[in-house]
Amino acid sequence: MSSETQVGESPLLSQFRYGLRSEQIRGALRDVAEGWERRELWMTLGLQDVRQRYRRSKLGPFWITISMAVMVLALGLLYGQIFRQDIHEYLPFLAAGFVIWGLLASMINEGCLAFIQSDGMIRQLNAPVSIYAFRVLWSNLIAFAHNIWVFFAVALWFGVDFNWNLLWVPLALFVILLNGLWISLLFGLLSARFRDVPLIVGSIVQVLFFITPVIWRPEMLPGRALLLDLNPFYHLVEIMRAPLLGQPAQLTHWLSVLSILLVGWAVTFFFYSAYRWRIAYWV
Amino acid sequence: MASIQLENVSVSFPVYNAATRSIKNRIIQSATGGQIRADTTSQRISVVQALQDITLTLGEGDRLGLIGHNGAGKTTLLRVLGGIYEPNSGRISVKGLTVPLFDISLGMDQESTGYENIILRGLFLGLTRREIKARMEEIADFTELGDFLDLPIRTYSAGMQMRLAFAVSTSVVPDILLLDEGIGAGDAAFMHKARERLARFTEKVSIIVLSSHSDDLVRSMCSKAILMEHGQIVHAGPTDEVLERYREMRGF
Repeated sequence: MSSETQVGESPLLSQFRYGLRSEQIRGALRDVAEGWERRELWMTLGLQDVRQRYRRSKLGPFWITISMAVMVLALGLLYGQIFRQDIHEYLPFLAAGFVIWGLLASMINEGCLAFIQSDGMIRQLNAPVSIYAFRVLWSNLIAFAHNIWVFFAVALWFGVDFNWNLLWVPLALFVILLNGLWISLLFGLLSARFRDVPLIVGSIVQVLFFITPVIWRPEMLPGRALLLDLNPFYHLVEIMRAPLLGQPAQLTHWLSVLSILLVGWAVTFFFYSAYRWRIAYWV
Repeated sequence: MASIQLENVSVSFPVYNAATRSIKNRIIQSATGGQIRADTTSQRISVVQALQDITLTLGEGDRLGLIGHNGAGKTTLLRVLGGIYEPNSGRISVKGLTVPLFDISLGMDQESTGYENIILRGLFLGLTRREIKARMEEIADFTELGDFLDLPIRTYSAGMQMRLAFAVSTSVVPDILLLDEGIGAGDAAFMHKARERLARFTEKVSIIVLSSHSDDLVRSMCSKAILMEHGQIVHAGPTDEVLERYREMRGF
């Protein structure tokens, strides 16, 4: 590659040109496909990540459920009062939104650390690097499987009308996870090179929590501001929250999420084929 | 047929420090680039040339020792062979199932039981759960750990953990084995048994590349050797000849 480097060109740029040859593009595709094939490995690692956090505690991973329940109840009772909401509708709404938000936020935050945290393994194991992104996804899915019961408990208590729309939920979850995969690959890669990225992303995600209708309802914002429609997280939350609460999600939300998926994967693919081979050097 | 072919392979490392890894500095750098260009060029990420123009061909039955002092590029070469580092330039073709065995206890989890760790270690070596279960009994027998295998390995002594790691790591026979400083195996009583297993194991592997500082280890395992310095191959040939050359270089 060094022979192709032009004088004065930034190494990142020359690597980029190098990475966009068909050989590298095929390599990136193979990396993700082979990563999927090693699923026994990353599923075990992901499970281990969750278990490690709660090792030797009596309740183990059910602390995830409990802390989510406490959070939802506390916030629900407080903000239900502040916003003067009917608790029967507000609490299920909050529980659904909060659980989905938890999945999205931790997928992004941990996605940034996907490669950084596994540096030892990356330098010793000849496995496709995408397994570390899959691992993050898997451990988040496990946490989500613990959290979602909080919603179901609240929903049952307040008599939310479960109906056939619930069938949209697995599909929505699947699409959210597909988004999570490109996010981990892309942000994991950027973070490996630039160590401020996880910090920047962390604070942006925190701000987004307040901008996204999770604790407040979209109707509370007068005139459905641009702020709402331009927020990708609004659509990501909504495709799953609406069916959980018994309504179909609007088509616009689905269309937005699908376009995020396409654009995200296109951008990621570009970066991933260009810089995937550098990850082992960066971590 | 296992084979390894390297053609003019070079690897250079960017050395990042906190300053070059931060976006702030990159942005400031590009913004002020006009005035202090002289400065920015010298601020450029320093690059370490870890491997230079390595050409190497290995085939069935080859046992290659890598010799050289610290920082000569031995480990980097092993990682290139294992597909962990993709070279900056040159061509590389490795055919056959390759297992890098740099740290035989890589991936073992202190809080998991011995059995769980056998599975975990096996997955790291590229086995499937089913394949590991099929070997489980044989591995468990070999470790002689008995009921301890049901306990978390943090309760094990260092030697016991070593036995476990050794037993699993030598249970898969790859086509190409990459070793950094051989494979240790714990206490003396176990040593004898381990040596037998290791001999049977290494016999079946078709290509072994071993990097080591121990002359005896290289001599006992490898028929060929290469001497490396500053990321280049300075001498290649039969093990004894290369070791001789290395001794001369060190000055005794």
